[in-house]
Amino acid sequence: MLEIKELWFKHKGQKEDILKNVSFTTEKRRLTVILGPNGSGKSTLFKCITGIWKPYKGSILADGKEINKLSHLERAKIFAVVPQEHEPAFPYSVFDIVLIGRAPYVGLFSSPNSKDYKKAEQALQILGIYHLRDKPYNKISGGEKQLVLLARALAQEAPFMLLDEPTSNLDFKNQIKVLSKIKKLAYEKGLTALVTLHDPNLASLFADKIILIKNGKIVAEGKPEKILNEKLIEKIYGVKVRIVQNNGFRLIFPILETSCINKPLEAQK
Amino acid sequence: MKNLKAIFLIFSPLVIGWIALFLGAYKVNPLMVLKIILNEVFHVFNLRDSAEKAIIIDIRLPRVLLAGIVGASLSGSGVVLQGIFRNPLVDPFILGISAGAAFGCAITVGFFPHWSIQLNAFIFALLAVALTYFIARTQGEISRLPLILSGVIVSAFFQALVSIVKFLVDPHKLQAIVFWLMGSFSLADWQTLKIAGLGALIGLLPVYFMRWRLNVLSLSEEEAKSLGVNVKRERLILIVFSTLAVATATSVCGIIGWIGLMVPHLVRMTIGPDHKVLFPLSLTAGAAFMILADTISRTITNFDIPVGIITALTGAPFFLYLLKKGGKEAWGK
Repeated sequence: MLEIKELWFKHKGQKEDILKNVSFTTEKRRLTVILGPNGSGKSTLFKCITGIWKPYKGSILADGKEINKLSHLERAKIFAVVPQEHEPAFPYSVFDIVLIGRAPYVGLFSSPNSKDYKKAEQALQILGIYHLRDKPYNKISGGEKQLVLLARALAQEAPFMLLDEPTSNLDFKNQIKVLSKIKKLAYEKGLTALVTLHDPNLASLFADKIILIKNGKIVAEGKPEKILNEKLIEKIYGVKVRIVQNNGFRLIFPILETSCINKPLEAQK
Repeated sequence: MKNLKAIFLIFSPLVIGWIALFLGAYKVNPLMVLKIILNEVFHVFNLRDSAEKAIIIDIRLPRVLLAGIVGASLSGSGVVLQGIFRNPLVDPFILGISAGAAFGCAITVGFFPHWSIQLNAFIFALLAVALTYFIARTQGEISRLPLILSGVIVSAFFQALVSIVKFLVDPHKLQAIVFWLMGSFSLADWQTLKIAGLGALIGLLPVYFMRWRLNVLSLSEEEAKSLGVNVKRERLILIVFSTLAVATATSVCGIIGWIGLMVPHLVRMTIGPDHKVLFPLSLTAGAAFMILADTISRTITNFDIPVGIITALTGAPFFLYLLKKGGKEAWGK
């Protein structure tokens, strides 16, 4: 379980707090989504949790361990972080990239052993991308890259998987594919998955729990169907929406001015 | 296929080294070369002392071995620098390390003949790379173009200092410094070979064991940290050791540029970017390349052309080719 307790953060030399008293918890086998519009502070929150930035107040506990007291190495065995943008300087093969996930278990003066190779191969198989093994990583599609990074995170064998906007550069099909994989991995491998998203529909489709954030404050948290309502979304995103139900799934769509719909723009006047 | 190429790269220094031994102003039979060397090592043939033997053992062999060691040192540190700076366009020469080492050597030869030339070369090479690093470092990350520019600046600075030394030093020493600065193996003997070998061993052995880390360190700093790597510490270790190898190499044969840029690229194109394989094969390919360049430099004319000229003649067009091929990406972020 990940516990975030009363987190406060601001950049050095600046007065305004970017995170204001953020507290929430996430659970094992569940996908928790930090949802908010651009500039809401969700990326900042993510960076505080992964340890890139240090909050000036509050604590982050992973299974009861205070994260900010751990070294990078100890932290890497607890958190597997999947970065948002990823362009290696050299054309590594997919397998090289996945094997890098074993870094926390390889000594400073040694190379991965046969066990590490096996774990990396297993991770590729679990994600169904073993056929990409020897392809150059920079030549595969965006969706495949995300799956490779998921495989790397899996090879890292950390109980927590943290992903910053894993779908922001993906097309419709791959958004669904990647989030389904994450949810499935969390459930089957007993991981705690924490994902930041800006799309309320994706969050509502996949999240077990949503942490809704705006201006560095938590506005609501809980199951999607409990907290996402038309009023709240309008308040957070500044867009009027309607929520419709279909087969037990909820779809959020924006209410546009009638003049915009199905008419060419010049006909509007 | 890849394995075949790797085997070729591993054995290339032996083959090219053998060719280098029988080529030259005094032609020696290729089989005789093997015989002489086997005799020297195992004392099997009971050969009598001859002109051929003296040329091979006292002149050509130390020269070929020295070229090999220097080639391995320069191209090995090229791999390290390209990896940790995530920048395929750098090498010890471009980052000013060679110029720093050259200044250390020049002041030792010129003014402090009792000091250790290798130690001074090492100290000033470290100073140079530290300057380049901190000039290029903005907001935590080191971008490609600023790194190359600051290398140019630091290199120019130390070359200016070398010029001051040349200006002030007495004419006898000046000649030695000028000749040595052009980069040449013509003064190779078993004594310089020992020094270069020791420097290369101390500098490259720790890097050899850390070579897989270069895969991790070549990711962004944030990402490497999230994988449990102490980025600053590991970068420092790798820079210090590879600088030691470069400084020793420079102290025995002067400034030889571009090889640390070209060889890692050629090897990467052949067998891929995985540093676990790339690093050792760059050592052997660097050795082969340098022996080849040196052999060309001493056989192409009746004079012994400084080998630095040969590597620059091939290296500069190669750099341009990389830039054109990489397009925008090469200049990148």
